[in-house]
Amino acid sequence: MTAPIAAKTALKEKFPQVTDRASADHDAVNVPVGEVVAVLKYLRDEFAFDLLMDLTAVDWAEGASPRFTVVYHLFSSINLGYIRVATDCLSDTEPTAPSVVELWPAANWHERECYDLLGVKFTAHPDLRRILMWDGYPYHPLRKEFPLAGIEVPLPDDEVSAATGTAVIAAPMAGGPFVASPGEINLTEAEPRAKDESWSDRRPRPDQTGLKQLKS
Amino acid sequence: MATEFSIPDSVAKAAEAEQEYGSEKMDLSMGPSHPSTHGVLRLQLEIDGEIVTKCDPVVGYLHRGDEKIAENMTYNQFVPYTDRLDYLAPLANNMAYAIAVEKLAHLEVPPRCQAIRVLTAEMARISSHLMGLGAFGLDVGAWTVLVLSLNQREFLYKLFEELTGARFTTSYTRIGGVMRDIPDGWLDNVGKFCDQFLPALEEILSLLTRNKIFTDRTMDVGIISKEDALAYGLTGPNLRGSGVPLDLRKDRPYSGYEQYEFDVPVGTKGDSYDRYLVRGEEMRQSVRIIRQVIKSFPAGDWYAKDARKIFAPPKDKVLSSMEELIQNFMIVTEGPQMPPGEVYFEAENPKGILGFYVVSKGGGVPWRLKIRSPSFCNLSIVPKVCAGILISDVVAILGSFDFVMGECDR
Repeated sequence: MTAPIAAKTALKEKFPQVTDRASADHDAVNVPVGEVVAVLKYLRDEFAFDLLMDLTAVDWAEGASPRFTVVYHLFSSINLGYIRVATDCLSDTEPTAPSVVELWPAANWHERECYDLLGVKFTAHPDLRRILMWDGYPYHPLRKEFPLAGIEVPLPDDEVSAATGTAVIAAPMAGGPFVASPGEINLTEAEPRAKDESWSDRRPRPDQTGLKQLKS
Repeated sequence: MATEFSIPDSVAKAAEAEQEYGSEKMDLSMGPSHPSTHGVLRLQLEIDGEIVTKCDPVVGYLHRGDEKIAENMTYNQFVPYTDRLDYLAPLANNMAYAIAVEKLAHLEVPPRCQAIRVLTAEMARISSHLMGLGAFGLDVGAWTVLVLSLNQREFLYKLFEELTGARFTTSYTRIGGVMRDIPDGWLDNVGKFCDQFLPALEEILSLLTRNKIFTDRTMDVGIISKEDALAYGLTGPNLRGSGVPLDLRKDRPYSGYEQYEFDVPVGTKGDSYDRYLVRGEEMRQSVRIIRQVIKSFPAGDWYAKDARKIFAPPKDKVLSSMEELIQNFMIVTEGPQMPPGEVYFEAENPKGILGFYVVSKGGGVPWRLKIRSPSFCNLSIVPKVCAGILISDVVAILGSFDFVMGECDR
């Protein structure tokens, strides 16, 4: 446990702009966004923080300034201690942070995820694509203004059809997966995923107009 | 008299074709529903004949937005969602999440609760590794291993069902304790399971360890150096297979792991076979831990009694006393109140190190909850390992990684 404390003091001597960060568990520092790569490199090389355990960002909600904070958690497999490095993004609307893929290749997917879900752009990232949502998805769902129920977006089915030449049939979901449509009488009718064979005797089989077919 | 020789047509055609197509590369989409991708992983492969020249994993097919969901519910309500991260070891996830929130709440749980958690986490480790080995064997053509290991896992699931009421989605821990105490005679059943498990494990491992087909498919396949493993943030058996003896149960003990004696197996070469050996040995070590826990099982409370603001008060008090009624109402409607702050806690799960980063602004819901999932980080090295190898080796490497997409995509 002594190594991270030593790291913190040495860090503050070498980089005077580094300040303490309130923390309930591990040692934590605030770093200006311009110095973050230098600080992380110093920690990695001088204090053997060889594992980038986690990289994420926190959205402090619309109106807060600074709005986005990028948080790094480093672990040393030699000294067995953690340190948390946090940096505030300068812009509240177009947050950016420098990429640390050069230091740890592990940062590659973490930064892609952070960009995907929170919209923090990492400059000099080799391949900043979305990772969990699909390419072309227009929102950043972990931002605070994004509603929990989600926003309906057109699925890229036409593009898939054009690229593969096959028909794309939409999944039988009304109002989203696992969302029962309101006002229906029983669960079988309300929940489209429920096993429903009632159209054979009670009502006609649903027509296929909702399904998209390729023009032959 | 001269004889004229001419090249037959077919050979000429083949030569022509080779000139035309020889260097052409093909894109192949492996997954998202492919038996060896263990869920819904898709590998976008670029292949030249049988050789993979580029491999780009496409994840996210199982993304459910767990982190967004967590920001909209109380701390205890999120426990069932942790089951669905690594759904092969839900009890271990439950424990990691509970400890993370307890660190935020500055809460100490009593030794009996810690022992129950360690016991269940080690049982979850065995069940997860059994499935991992079985699926690995299946990927490289050994059916029997899966059948035998699922048989053993079934015994474990019976025990989980006795303890928690559910086989898969256990939701066993609560903030500050567990759902309920262990049932009578349950410890004896666990002891009996261990007694019959060790010989069965030897039988399972003996089907693979010196199996010529298995060793040919896995030895020197997918070698990951120590430096690469650390740089890519690999954890768990995949990191230890590369020779780094990092095990948080040993190195940063939590939940009373420091009381128990166990060894941390490490590999020497870092190939798929080493990762298999590490998992096999970890199961033996888990049995060792389980036996020690049973032997020294502490008496006492199984939840933190002083955590009055977290547990609902007893029902008879709620019905007779105003103070307790209000408290019960607050806990039900607003959830246990947490102090502001941020914590990051990591636990050594079967698949690797599972971390929870909880940011609280006070109140009953987290402001931000980030899940650091081991499968996600372990998969990020796939593009590096899977370049320049045969397609059949990709299957062996994926099997040796033992990932779970529920956790990777969250």
